[in-house]
Amino acid sequence: MNIHEYQGKEVLREFGVKVPTGYVAYTVDEAVEAAEKLGTSVTVVKAQIHAGGRGKAGGVKVAKSLEEVRTYADEILGKTLVTHQTGPEGKEVKRLLIEEGCDIQKEYYVGVVLDRATSRVVFMASEEGGTEIEEVAEATPEKIFKEVIDPVVGLTPYQARRLAFNINIPDELIGKAVKFMSGLYNAFIEKDCSIAEINPLVTTGDGEVLALDAKLNFDDNALYRQKDIMELRDLAEEDEKEIEASKYDLSYVSLYGNIGCMVNGAGLAMSTMDIIKHYGGDPANFLDVGGGATAEKVTEAFKIILSDPNVKGIFVNIFGGIMKCDVIAEGVVEATKQIGLEIPLVVRLEGTNVDKGKQILEESGLNITPASSMADGAEKIVSAVS
Amino acid sequence: MGVYINKDTKVIVQGITGGTARFHTKQMLEYGTKIVGGVTPKKAGTEVEGVPVYNTVKDAVDASGATASVIYVPAPFAADAILEATDAELDLVICITEHIPVLDMVKVKRYMEGKKTRLIGPNCPGVIAADETKIGIMPGYIHKKGHIGVVSRSGTLTYEAVHQLTEAGYGQTSAVGIGGDPVNGTNFIDVLDAFNEDPETEAVIMIGEIGGTAEEEAAEWVKANMKKPVVGFIGGATAPPGKRMGHAGAIISGGKGTADEKIRVMESCGIKVAETPSVMGETMIEVLKENGLDEKCKTH
Repeated sequence: MNIHEYQGKEVLREFGVKVPTGYVAYTVDEAVEAAEKLGTSVTVVKAQIHAGGRGKAGGVKVAKSLEEVRTYADEILGKTLVTHQTGPEGKEVKRLLIEEGCDIQKEYYVGVVLDRATSRVVFMASEEGGTEIEEVAEATPEKIFKEVIDPVVGLTPYQARRLAFNINIPDELIGKAVKFMSGLYNAFIEKDCSIAEINPLVTTGDGEVLALDAKLNFDDNALYRQKDIMELRDLAEEDEKEIEASKYDLSYVSLYGNIGCMVNGAGLAMSTMDIIKHYGGDPANFLDVGGGATAEKVTEAFKIILSDPNVKGIFVNIFGGIMKCDVIAEGVVEATKQIGLEIPLVVRLEGTNVDKGKQILEESGLNITPASSMADGAEKIVSAVS
Repeated sequence: MGVYINKDTKVIVQGITGGTARFHTKQMLEYGTKIVGGVTPKKAGTEVEGVPVYNTVKDAVDASGATASVIYVPAPFAADAILEATDAELDLVICITEHIPVLDMVKVKRYMEGKKTRLIGPNCPGVIAADETKIGIMPGYIHKKGHIGVVSRSGTLTYEAVHQLTEAGYGQTSAVGIGGDPVNGTNFIDVLDAFNEDPETEAVIMIGEIGGTAEEEAAEWVKANMKKPVVGFIGGATAPPGKRMGHAGAIISGGKGTADEKIRVMESCGIKVAETPSVMGETMIEVLKENGLDEKCKTH
């Protein structure tokens, strides 16, 4: 799960990570009010959307007067920002962060991520702040320093110090940088982050170490124990069908094609998309109904697929293991009873309780095209919608 | 004989009184698996499908002599279940549970360092030694005993590969699901190594997916060490970057972990990669013929 920059900064503040003072604003008047409250000579107006690259897209402006704050807030609120992370349709700005400006001496990068190769959390730091870390990794990998963290002791002071020295933080600020890094690490662990990136971290003219930006993502699997983080979820930033799917623990991703897919297992669901493309079709979604789905969940999954007006046909591809074919069949029959079905439906069933599943579908009298394999099913649905 | 397990392996089921565990305990018993005990706290003295239930893993192991465990415990408690099984010094722990918080698994991996227990999973279908024993959730009927080893990050794609092989007349030694999570107990290289040493296995099919670099590392290992032909498949070639495709491990980030890159590396290491998931079996058969193994591997 993603949260906004201003929310990320609030989380970091709790862990003793220094961030500039700022307030969220939903309207132009609120933005001006926030700037008045700050009372600083320079104020930054920042678009709050769940995507990076906001500055380049015109979503971050530096204002030198309240009038300028008003002008910029008016310009950015309601604007659709297109960045390399939003997709071509962009994202509408509905919230602003109004923040005090600061006297930047130098920009750095720090980030905490999970390293799959070592199965450990890794703390990364670089002197090359402000640019995409992927670009730094590409061009000057020697400028990225890493500390692998043992979960028994966490990020140790010597590791944080070593990082700070390696990225050439001035000697007099090493202590503050270490405090910053250990706060960031603690936030990562205690809030179950999947990524915590500060780009840039800045040193200022008045001798502070500050997080100028904050990107925190959270492990969806751990949200059950992070109730306060759950409350930060901004549904306006998410796809409606994905929100609906998440209510039923369905793993759903909206895509741009016209063939709705319902599959069990993430690997098979991805491969079903691949094989539809292989036969010249275009999937409308990724949907993994998961292992422990009930007929009710399957019904909801089917309804979500049908709610997409682009969907011209549906391919159900099930290889039952923990998932039972009869449960899928019941769900499909129930969903079509509730909302009808006017588009082609191709079903491939195999695995646990396959005979029971096929029997339920046959007895339902529904107009279903059976498929003998996933290739057969993909071919049939592609020709049915074209 | 399969890798890691065989018909004599004694197994306990952790979380045996839950609905899914009950169903699969029955399925495993029907397949011939030696399920000798179950564990659910405060349910000692009861039975599931005739299998005695204990309060702790240690009690179950002491009473039954089990050497392996399979975990169906819900995600919030699954990491603790793995720790308990490790503490009881089991040889093998197979964790079926999906959606375990990844930082829980980081701690589990650290705890297991230097201990004798091998973890397979989490978020996996388990391990089967065809026609001998199955520990997990895979449908038993699609497997037939033979000479192909199967290792995969995805449960349902494993079934797909096995089914294609069996339909074409090629049996398997074992199918091992290593799970779709970013932190798991046993990786591709561990399983490839086991198949390499297994005298019954003649060739291996390795099924990966987008995200991470485990397939690339395994491919390099194959090039340097593998004595048997390996066929591959990568799921998720058409997945959009930045989106998590179901498995927490399946996400393309910063241009890393794409299917194209994985396929390129695998092919450069001598692994023939199936073009679509429906030709995994066919691709294996082609490779067997090229290597003069077809006769030996055609089992039924």
